[in-house]
Amino acid sequence: MTPVNTLIAKELRCFVVSPVFYVVGAVFLFISGFLAHLMVVNAGQQALRFLQMQNTYAQLNLNELVFRPIFHSLAIVLIFLLPMLTMRLFAEERKLRTMELLLTSPIGINEIISAKFMSVLIIYLGLLGLTGLTPFVLSFYSTFHVDPILTGYLGLALQGAFFLSCGVLASTLTENQIVAAFLSFGIIIVFGLIGGLGSMLGDTTLGAVISYLSFVEHFDRLVRGLLEAKDIVYYLSGTVLMLFIAHRVVDSHRWQ
Amino acid sequence: MISVQHITKRYGNHLAIEDVTFNVKRGEILGFLGPNGAGKTTTMRIITGFMPASEGTVQVAGFDCFEHPQEIKKRIGYLPESPPLYQELTVTEYLRFVGQLKRLPPSRVPGRMAQVIEQLGLGSVRHRVIGHLSKGFRQRVGLAQALIHDPPVLILDEPTIGLDPIQIIEIRDVIRGLAGSHTVILSTHILSEATAICDRVVIIDRGHIVAEDTPAQLSSRLRQSEKISLTVKHPPDNWRERLSTIPGVLQVIQGPTPETSIIEYELGQDLREDIAQFVVNQGVGLLELKPLSLSLEDVFLQLTQQDENLAHAQDASPSSHPSLPVENRTQA
Repeated sequence: MTPVNTLIAKELRCFVVSPVFYVVGAVFLFISGFLAHLMVVNAGQQALRFLQMQNTYAQLNLNELVFRPIFHSLAIVLIFLLPMLTMRLFAEERKLRTMELLLTSPIGINEIISAKFMSVLIIYLGLLGLTGLTPFVLSFYSTFHVDPILTGYLGLALQGAFFLSCGVLASTLTENQIVAAFLSFGIIIVFGLIGGLGSMLGDTTLGAVISYLSFVEHFDRLVRGLLEAKDIVYYLSGTVLMLFIAHRVVDSHRWQ
Repeated sequence: MISVQHITKRYGNHLAIEDVTFNVKRGEILGFLGPNGAGKTTTMRIITGFMPASEGTVQVAGFDCFEHPQEIKKRIGYLPESPPLYQELTVTEYLRFVGQLKRLPPSRVPGRMAQVIEQLGLGSVRHRVIGHLSKGFRQRVGLAQALIHDPPVLILDEPTIGLDPIQIIEIRDVIRGLAGSHTVILSTHILSEATAICDRVVIIDRGHIVAEDTPAQLSSRLRQSEKISLTVKHPPDNWRERLSTIPGVLQVIQGPTPETSIIEYELGQDLREDIAQFVVNQGVGLLELKPLSLSLEDVFLQLTQQDENLAHAQDASPSSHPSLPVENRTQA
């Protein structure tokens, strides 16, 4: 095992024994299941209404009625849940002084950061994978387009990775886990809100740049089934940038 | 094996250590001695590569700390002031994790784990979660962590802190057992510990090295006169004045009890026989006659207080060493 794999394994081990992981996992899965239930019931009622009015079966679009609202709601849920997963990553190491062990081991800061990010990404993708049960079950009872669902999941995965990298950065900035969690809410929400600022500025260059910096538009395109390179590039570069800043922060602690 | 050259560390305006230079030979145990806040931990952190020095360089096993930090890190086992333990792991999980992190070859991991568990008496707690262990066991797990990859160099920051006397003796035996095959730097503010296990002592105070030698050499170097403690059964009234009449005696002072006197005479003379003869002739009942050697504690106080006087002269800032056991001084 390389030191990076060792560190990933250790992080996963710590997640599995931590109550935070179970609470976050349970809440996330409950919300996603509950949302799916609501949306399906809602779609059923619409179908019934349609039947009463037109006296014929409607071809309902499940992509629009069920999946798109689920994806949008889950994206909001992630803003609140993912900081809970990332808050302890570095804050706890600093508080318990185990950072000293990591930094005096033959392993680079970039390896430490990527290992921690990978571990939390694995946890998140695992949870996200479990929500795939909804489209899987629905596919037996109805027909819908698979492609927008795949791009929607890609959007959730990329957006989650970006949120997690914001959380990793927040966790390097403080020894206090609660502060780290709120700080990452803050960072994520700022990235959400600047989208509003961008559309306020309208069709100017500045407006376009600011809108690009917000994840709102990028996510929306992916959920609608549009797979464009600029959106993928946005998420990947944002994630790498956050992790890079986290690297600088950890490195700067050594000088203090 | 370890060469520390002119290292200085600044935290903002605060100077933690200044121009610290020393070398440690292969297989030697070096004691790093000083009051709390003297710069021991800072120096050790710089050697381990945890933090860089503001100025100066460190070489470990011929590798420079700026050019090959990873090579140095592979060769060092480090026990920080507070052992870096993950509360939720068991002892074996933790040691396996550290072994792999230190790039110990996978085939050697189980063997080394069994060895350090045996060496530090962790067998009974190997499957327990670290968070549930007592302070003494945690400290031992911390030491096991430093030893797991069998590093040629060990840096131990106050390895016996928080242990009970029996555990302290056990840990000291472990460290003594490492001498020869390992190069060890250990910091302590317990002077008897340095005398007991170190080949050589570096005394650091307020960021400066104030002395560097073997414990025995240090005490003899600073001794200005010979001292003898004399206890008699029935000391007469003007006993100390009478003792002063012995040729060669410089001073006689009261010892810890009324029956005990401390006789000071010039360095290089041996008045023991004369004193014994004198006491027997007086018929006061000789109970004990023993030479007093300067303990490391005295040396330490002398050195750090010289330094303190100097500092007072320079900036007139009041400072004290609350950690030092001042009542143990035998000097008048």
